[in-house]
Amino acid sequence: MNEAVKISTQHLSFYYGDFLALNDICLEIRENQVTALIGPSGCGKSTYLRCLNRMNDLIARTRTEGTILLDGKNILDPNQDVVSLRSRVGMVFQKPNPFPKSIFENVAYGLRVNGIRDRAYIADRVEGSLKQAALWNEVKDRISESALGLSGGQQQRLCIARALAVSPEVLLMDEPASALDPISTQKIEELIHELKTRYTIIIVTHNMQQAARVSDITAFFYVGKLIEVGETDTIFTRPGIKQTEDYITGRFG
Amino acid sequence: MNNNFRKIQDRILKHFFFFTALTSTAVLFVIAFFLFKEGIPIFEKVSIQDFILGKYWYPTSEPPDFGILALIVASLSVTLLSAAIAIPLGVMTAIYLAEIASYRLREIVKPVVELLAALPSVVIGFFGMVVVAPFLQNAFNLATGLNLFNAALMLAFMSIPTICSISEDAIYSVPHSLREASLALGATHLETIIRVILPASISGISTAVILGMSRAIGETMVVLMVAGGAAMIPLSIFDPVRPLPASIAAEMAEAPFRGDHYFALFATGIVLFLFTLLFNLIADHVAHKYKQVGEASL
Repeated sequence: MNEAVKISTQHLSFYYGDFLALNDICLEIRENQVTALIGPSGCGKSTYLRCLNRMNDLIARTRTEGTILLDGKNILDPNQDVVSLRSRVGMVFQKPNPFPKSIFENVAYGLRVNGIRDRAYIADRVEGSLKQAALWNEVKDRISESALGLSGGQQQRLCIARALAVSPEVLLMDEPASALDPISTQKIEELIHELKTRYTIIIVTHNMQQAARVSDITAFFYVGKLIEVGETDTIFTRPGIKQTEDYITGRFG
Repeated sequence: MNNNFRKIQDRILKHFFFFTALTSTAVLFVIAFFLFKEGIPIFEKVSIQDFILGKYWYPTSEPPDFGILALIVASLSVTLLSAAIAIPLGVMTAIYLAEIASYRLREIVKPVVELLAALPSVVIGFFGMVVVAPFLQNAFNLATGLNLFNAALMLAFMSIPTICSISEDAIYSVPHSLREASLALGATHLETIIRVILPASISGISTAVILGMSRAIGETMVVLMVAGGAAMIPLSIFDPVRPLPASIAAEMAEAPFRGDHYFALFATGIVLFLFTLLFNLIADHVAHKYKQVGEASL
């Protein structure tokens, strides 16, 4: 627990219209660790995740209160450039969502929109990112074929490669394996394990075993509140709060 | 017993629907058959080459001239100019409505644009005649305001609703997850539209454009009223022209039944039919080639 604080959330509340989806969340995310967010559906864990790269800005009639400090700077500041924020804080979604482009263009996309024109550099980054996402060997011979021809698990690793290509500091993963089969899930989990040496990872998951397997820190959300946060081993073996224990042992949720 | 009855019912319905489907396709073939039957005899008098590439259309002179090159050039130039006006306007309106406008504004503006399609073509032609033509005549000091440009403008008004409405549906149906993926990679809204949304909806947009243009090339009333009617190859966009459908509509009533002029007009109809057929084949090809897949399928 000696790593520096990467993201510090202070008194964060979030409203959809009048509905309070996040209630006074205070949470610190440490650098180069995997933080798992768990909790039943509708508890606000995905909403919290989407606050961290301001994806909730896209939804009409929402309101955010409090502060989120990324390296000490408040990203909820109205003057914050969301485009540069999002290239620092990458995201992988629940369902694989590759662009209807070639495998190469999918990974190169983030580089191109960030103004990189150097072809050799782009080709290099694409290869590097696909290797990091453990996909290179499977696709190197069909890099210019459509990404939509890949299997679901490969598509999700492609989406991870795509996110990694822009060299983010933080990687947000919203149930990245929930639409995948067990073998693909295992590959994604191994990947998360390797990636955490270089990135700060926050993963939302419904799968308790997955949280236990991949994360260093686990945070339990329930009806918009952060109930408990701590080292994953502690949360899963000696939770401090009754609700957490009930959820983890499957008594509700 | 009951089961048997249901089986028979099922079979009757199957045949009934087969028959209705057959009727609609049969109509097309019957029309095409008569079009060719009534048009082909002209080629005993004039070769196909002279008919299509002939510069002079004097069907009632003695001897008559049956060359429709001027009419073909008129139709193509009017259609191309109207496309040049309608495609940017229609597609950009569609982008605005689908991507930028608020939900409420979209719900108001889209039906209004579609209502433009509900205007009868004779009303659009009338507008072109009494409002646009005098304006063009005065503004550009022309001999007549009824010309290629006026016709193209009116046809653009007619094809904008088709182009806009179908493109908007195509753009709007691009899955939200693709927008989010692009934005999450640090793309701006504009980059997302240009690099992800438009390529993902290109098949729908192309279909919209070609359907809009095939509406323009086949449109008769507007060009009859505002194109000017001169069967000459236009040298400027302000020259009067006589597109294929205008020629057929204007002359059919006065052409002697099964005379050469009559056959020539049907042959003109064949040429027009081949043009619209070509447009539709292109639309079909484009729609398949750039087929949207997954959630975005149209």
